[in-house]
Amino acid sequence: MSKKFLSGNEAFAEGIRLARPQVISAYPITPQTIVVERLSEMVEDGSLNAEYVHVESEHSAMSCAIGASAAGARAFTATSSQGLLYMAECLYYASGGRFPIVMMNADRSTALPWNIYGDQRDSLSQLDSGWIQAYAENAQEALDLALMSYRIAEDKRVSTPYMANLDGFVLTHTYETVDIPEREQADRFLPPYETDNRIDLDAPKNMAFSAGPDTNYIFKYKEHEGVLAAREVIAETEKAFAEIFGRKYTGLLENYRTEDADYIIVTLGSIAGLCRETADKLRENGVKAGVVRIRYMRPFPNEEVAEVLRNAKAYAVLEKDISFGNEGTVFTNVNSALKKAGADVKGYNFIGGLGGRNISASDIEKIYNDITNGTESVNFIGIGGESNGK
Amino acid sequence: MRPHIREKKCFTFDEVPENTSFEAGYLTTVNSGWRSIRPVINSAKCVGCEQCYLYCPDGVISIQDGKAVIDYDFCKGCGICAKICKIKAIEMEAERK
Repeated sequence: MSKKFLSGNEAFAEGIRLARPQVISAYPITPQTIVVERLSEMVEDGSLNAEYVHVESEHSAMSCAIGASAAGARAFTATSSQGLLYMAECLYYASGGRFPIVMMNADRSTALPWNIYGDQRDSLSQLDSGWIQAYAENAQEALDLALMSYRIAEDKRVSTPYMANLDGFVLTHTYETVDIPEREQADRFLPPYETDNRIDLDAPKNMAFSAGPDTNYIFKYKEHEGVLAAREVIAETEKAFAEIFGRKYTGLLENYRTEDADYIIVTLGSIAGLCRETADKLRENGVKAGVVRIRYMRPFPNEEVAEVLRNAKAYAVLEKDISFGNEGTVFTNVNSALKKAGADVKGYNFIGGLGGRNISASDIEKIYNDITNGTESVNFIGIGGESNGK
Repeated sequence: MRPHIREKKCFTFDEVPENTSFEAGYLTTVNSGWRSIRPVINSAKCVGCEQCYLYCPDGVISIQDGKAVIDYDFCKGCGICAKICKIKAIEMEAERK
């Protein structure tokens, strides 16, 4: 194992190199990130034996990955923001066709007004596209997700494409020391991709066809089952990962000081670190604060979320997303989990970080304070509750 | 080779594949209902040159015993075969319902 000083993008590219994809398709223009540039250099210097296809759009990047996967190849692409939205049509073809493509998405703002700073509205808008959705917190986790992603996606019980999300700039463009696994370890962890869901001259198939009302919903049911099956496959994969690489992950979510917590912030991605630091600080002052970091939005950790929040006095969902006219989508999902489990805990939604706006430690401290005293249901950090402008 | 028209119309849950792929060579229905004119081959004239076979966009023409034969279950009546036939062995006739 060697150590390197890498950005989140570069760490993810190192993980993908170890995963040996056979086809990489990418559109290189904004809002694309460095991950595909690093991969193109790896293909150029011969350290990654893959077909690298420069395409003319994100829509084509995903189409190309689908074609590669339908030929039995391990395929990779990456995108971000409006690129993901332009690709959206093809996301459904990939998931419905059960092609286990892996894609890195740099979570960035969506138009208008557009910018290239981080928020999570791009990927959260695609929760219903049938993809597994993971959210990394740091560069090491990004690399490890890259390696685990194919093993999860390609498992026959799952056969579902996998979107690994990295917070734009905060994670994709900041540098950390990252452990790079050995090639031999990676090969032991991740066998080559084998599938029957591919073009085969000896056994011709119709692929990616339409299906009428009588069978269509059965395909959709099976697609749902595939994403649900990822729950146990993620657990198995993380266990095997820990055995070979020594790093442990905690499944669909990661809990911090939640055992006895009265007030819990539930969030995604890189902001979790600052939440944990703030929780530590509050604990020194006698406030029983905890943090839940959701690692997978799909499959959603319904039982786990309900279990960890059940005994809290109040929780906040802090997210870089808003479903206009309603609330943040993570909040909707978390509330549904609690409702289904019959848990009755007061929850509040805090929208922050849109368009890359900074979320500070004092903002987070204020969230803990607000949910202790009660506040409006949906709040915009730095602006106030939704009734603020009324 | 002519594709098979699948006899079976209903599939049980277990028969539906996990992914959207299925053994090739099966079609669910015949498909020619909107044809208003049909190509008719004059076998006495036809020399089996295969030009119509090559140009047919639907792949419904085959050569049997040296003569062109049309599969009316799938011919859409576009008329390209009649147009391409140099010896005028194909004529388009009104479809009689």
